Amino acid sequence: MNYYGLVDGSDASLRNFLRTLSGVDQIGAESRAAMLATRSIKTTAKNWAIDLAISMVDLTTLEGADTPGKIRALAAKAVRPDPTDSTVPSVGAVCVYNDMVSIARQHLDLIGGAHVRVAAVSTAFPSGRASMAVKIQDTQDAIDAGAAEIDMVIDRGAFLSGRYLEVFNEIVQIRALCGKKTHLKVILETGELVTYDNVRKASFLAMLAGADFIKTSTGKVSPAATPPVVLVMLEAVRDFYEMTDRRIGVKPAGGIRNTKDAIKQLVLVNETAGPEWLNPGLFRIGASALLNDLLMQRMKMRDGYYPSPTYVTID
Amino acid sequence: MTTFEYAPALESRSIVTIKPEYGHFINGAFVDGVDHFATINPANEEILSRIALGNAEDIDRAVDAARVAYEATWSKMPGKERGKYLYRIARIMQERAREFAVLESLDNGKPIRESRDIDIPLAGAHFFYHAGWADKLDYAGLGHAPRPHGVAGQIIPWNFPLLMLAWKIAPALAAGNTVVLKPAETTPLTALLFAQVCQQAELPAGVVNIVTGDGRTGSALVDHPGVDKIAFTGSTDVGKAIARAIAPTKKKATLELGGKGANIVFDDAPIDETVEGIVNGIFFNQGHVCCAGSRLLLQENIAEEVLAKLKVRMAKIRVGDPLDKNTDLGAINSAAQLGKIRELATSGDSEGAQRWSPACSLPKNGFWFAPTIFTGVTQAHRIAREEIFGPVLSVLTFRTPAEAIEKANNTPYGLSAGVWSEKGSRILWATQQLKAGVIWANTFNKFDPASPFGGYKESGWGREGGRHGLTAYLKSAEAQQ
Amino acid sequence: MNERLEVKKTYKLFIGGAFPRSESGRTYEAKGPDGAFIANSSLASRKDLRDAVVAARNAQIRWAGATAYNRGQILYRIAEMLEGRRAQFATEIAALDGISLQEAELEVHTAIDRWVWYAGWSDKLAAINGSTNPVAGPFYNFTIPEPMGVIGAIAPENQSLLGLVDAIAPIIVSGNTTVVLASTRAPLPAMTFAEVLATSDLPAGVCNILTGQKSELAPWFASHMDIDGLDISGVDESSRSDIKIAGVENLKRIHVFDGATTPQRIFAFMEAKTVWHPIGV
Repeated sequence: MNYYGLVDGSDASLRNFLRTLSGVDQIGAESRAAMLATRSIKTTAKNWAIDLAISMVDLTTLEGADTPGKIRALAAKAVRPDPTDSTVPSVGAVCVYNDMVSIARQHLDLIGGAHVRVAAVSTAFPSGRASMAVKIQDTQDAIDAGAAEIDMVIDRGAFLSGRYLEVFNEIVQIRALCGKKTHLKVILETGELVTYDNVRKASFLAMLAGADFIKTSTGKVSPAATPPVVLVMLEAVRDFYEMTDRRIGVKPAGGIRNTKDAIKQLVLVNETAGPEWLNPGLFRIGASALLNDLLMQRMKMRDGYYPSPTYVTID
Repeated sequence: MTTFEYAPALESRSIVTIKPEYGHFINGAFVDGVDHFATINPANEEILSRIALGNAEDIDRAVDAARVAYEATWSKMPGKERGKYLYRIARIMQERAREFAVLESLDNGKPIRESRDIDIPLAGAHFFYHAGWADKLDYAGLGHAPRPHGVAGQIIPWNFPLLMLAWKIAPALAAGNTVVLKPAETTPLTALLFAQVCQQAELPAGVVNIVTGDGRTGSALVDHPGVDKIAFTGSTDVGKAIARAIAPTKKKATLELGGKGANIVFDDAPIDETVEGIVNGIFFNQGHVCCAGSRLLLQENIAEEVLAKLKVRMAKIRVGDPLDKNTDLGAINSAAQLGKIRELATSGDSEGAQRWSPACSLPKNGFWFAPTIFTGVTQAHRIAREEIFGPVLSVLTFRTPAEAIEKANNTPYGLSAGVWSEKGSRILWATQQLKAGVIWANTFNKFDPASPFGGYKESGWGREGGRHGLTAYLKSAEAQQ
Repeated sequence: MNERLEVKKTYKLFIGGAFPRSESGRTYEAKGPDGAFIANSSLASRKDLRDAVVAARNAQIRWAGATAYNRGQILYRIAEMLEGRRAQFATEIAALDGISLQEAELEVHTAIDRWVWYAGWSDKLAAINGSTNPVAGPFYNFTIPEPMGVIGAIAPENQSLLGLVDAIAPIIVSGNTTVVLASTRAPLPAMTFAEVLATSDLPAGVCNILTGQKSELAPWFASHMDIDGLDISGVDESSRSDIKIAGVENLKRIHVFDGATTPQRIFAFMEAKTVWHPIGV
């Protein structure tokens, strides 16, 4: 086997490769992210950024209490985030558990949202604690139900105990299930990997194993998509592109609740990976509450005065 | 819009009021000057105000006021009370921080992001830090009841106008000295605003006096027999002239002079943070930084990779209006400085180094220089030896750690150095070998009032900041006059 | 009965651990207070100074790199060696200064005790003049005192041994190396003291001693670009200004000491180095 000509699928080659990665200095990475957070995005740039951010949202519900009704409402919101303003773009995808995939897909198709993709969390989300057979079945179910995107979790226990090849092989197997048609996002759960060195290592491991996207978090663990974590992942995809000529996407998820946070993420993308990554094909934001704040900010920019949450639908 | 072009995000300049003309601040009041000169905004050459050109009589009056205040008030006041004045000043500087930031960027040309986030907060912090020393001088390391020198004559540069003022005035006052300060010719405005802060703080008249002017004004201050202590930050040439001038006298001196800091990158460095550190090391404040990491020493086996990443990063540097909150690199402070940078950069070309700058459009008016690196530089090149004091980086390579140290130390200067490596023992080894007063390991251009700053060799005499810096304004009770 | 004829010593210079004559071949007469000839002393030239600075520079990095414990032991060893030759020094000083043997002995004892005092400082300097600095950010920041490099010293005319010791000890205890010009009037104890140094485990070149004319050599000390600092306590007040001006060329740290025995005298020839490092995982 050959993965981008960088590793051959053996434990030794994977270990050797990960060992060649440069370390990440925590304070340096955090201060770079903090500096980029001071970028002031106004007027035309802000209008553009808000619409771009909306189109990048993976509108997410991952609750034990999810019901078909809730999923249908979410789908409606995904297609027309602001029912009163048709210029608002649809979001990138809806992200649900795999038993909700078919409901989401059917409803989207029904309401003219064929262009909105359905993403399913998979591989015993969020902990990843199950046999490989279960993880495979989990993924297969989601694909069969019409998921266009699979958001799998890695086995953080294996990663932290140094069993990198196990983590790698799981991703390789899920990649094989997804084939060419289904997009694979690999969730690193950076809050459990703790160090930026680990984030960088896990990012490369996932990319080598065939991820289309690397994703920060499940949303069930805090901290999640902090700016420096996203910075480190953006540096990883930028470096991977240098090595392989292939652009891998990045999806921060968890903790991005308002427009300011979202725009900070876009600035990070712009100044780290570069403008080539500024589209929903290569950058998504996993969120639920964020969308309404983006809509409110959009109203403010449009109307010139501050809106009230009363005028934004709560689904 | 198809790409993320940040629309202009201008900081409002309505927060500052600039008078058409300023006098000196002597004995607690503004007094008219005789002659005047213009101070301009280097970003567009707009005349901001007309500034009094201090002459020998002005210096005389200011030193007299400082002497009277020293004898009658300040040296007699309990340290606890002196400290309270310094705390007041610190608080007012915090309250008026935005005003100071905008004025600093207007007069100096530095990006508002830096004046707002670095210069002004640090200046306030310096007063807060030293305020606490005023009643604790017994613990400064000079024995019981150390004494101030008397009247301090202080001359500061244009690169960090308010911050350098704070570095000078705060420890002088905490120790019980009074002050005559001369701001730099091209950047007097925030010092004059500081004079208003002294008034708001009700600082006794004559404790702080500010006389604006040029080199002649500075000379008059240095030569004045009523001055007991000189503190100077600026070029090594002027520093040497001051040292000669005071040699026959009993005047004490601290000098913070030039540098040609080496920024050493070992092959195990954290690469992205290192690239950030290189950029911060040389492009912070347009490279108008005496401790800039102006000589990049790359281990040869990673030189190509680092340079490639550095160029990508440099292409993201936003050059332009200092008042735009998204500007990373502002205006060069003066036409004269721009001329000096150009002359040295041209010498780099003619001595065979390769110049590279990212594509960037520079404004038509004002003084601008694109971020620039020279590769293929050797120790013999002028751009490796002389302080450029601009956004120009000289890149050299090394093969072994010993060679890195040898090259780093191969300069008459000894102010700062940087070391980048993920290996703790290597960092400590390198910091031990380097002949420099401030060493940043895996970071660069960090400052703090608690951290002593100052150079070895021709980078100056003494330290500023921390306990070490404080002692420059004190003598032991037993010391001869 | 014939009296035994005394074997007299040839007084040379002490450079790089060896005892060369002046390259100039010059000597001058060291005399007692009554003008009587005592011995010929080498009259060092600027080239001898040049050679001594080279020796001092070559020895500096290793001396600074020795552990503080080691430097302390060597300074203490100097005291031990001096103690063993008390009588010799007392005789020499008494003859040159025209003082009683008891008075001369007192100076020797003080000089010995001075070495003991300075020896104990080697491993305490950083505790007294170093610090960790609580900066407002995630950085470990510390300041350590470091030796400056090569320090010149013009020893005072009086107290030919004690003045010399007071010049040398505070310079070398921190890891500096030195070139010191002994008392012009009374140069002999300095060269006898060099014999003490030569038998005290002090590495060659750490302390180099010249004898000669202050007026001739002090300006060369001041202008030498490879001397980092200069103790001019032994230079006449009227000449100090010129010396300081000559020293500006490389911003030499030039000091005059008032004789007080304080650690400030050690710190005067040390530099404070501040190091920053991020604290992270």
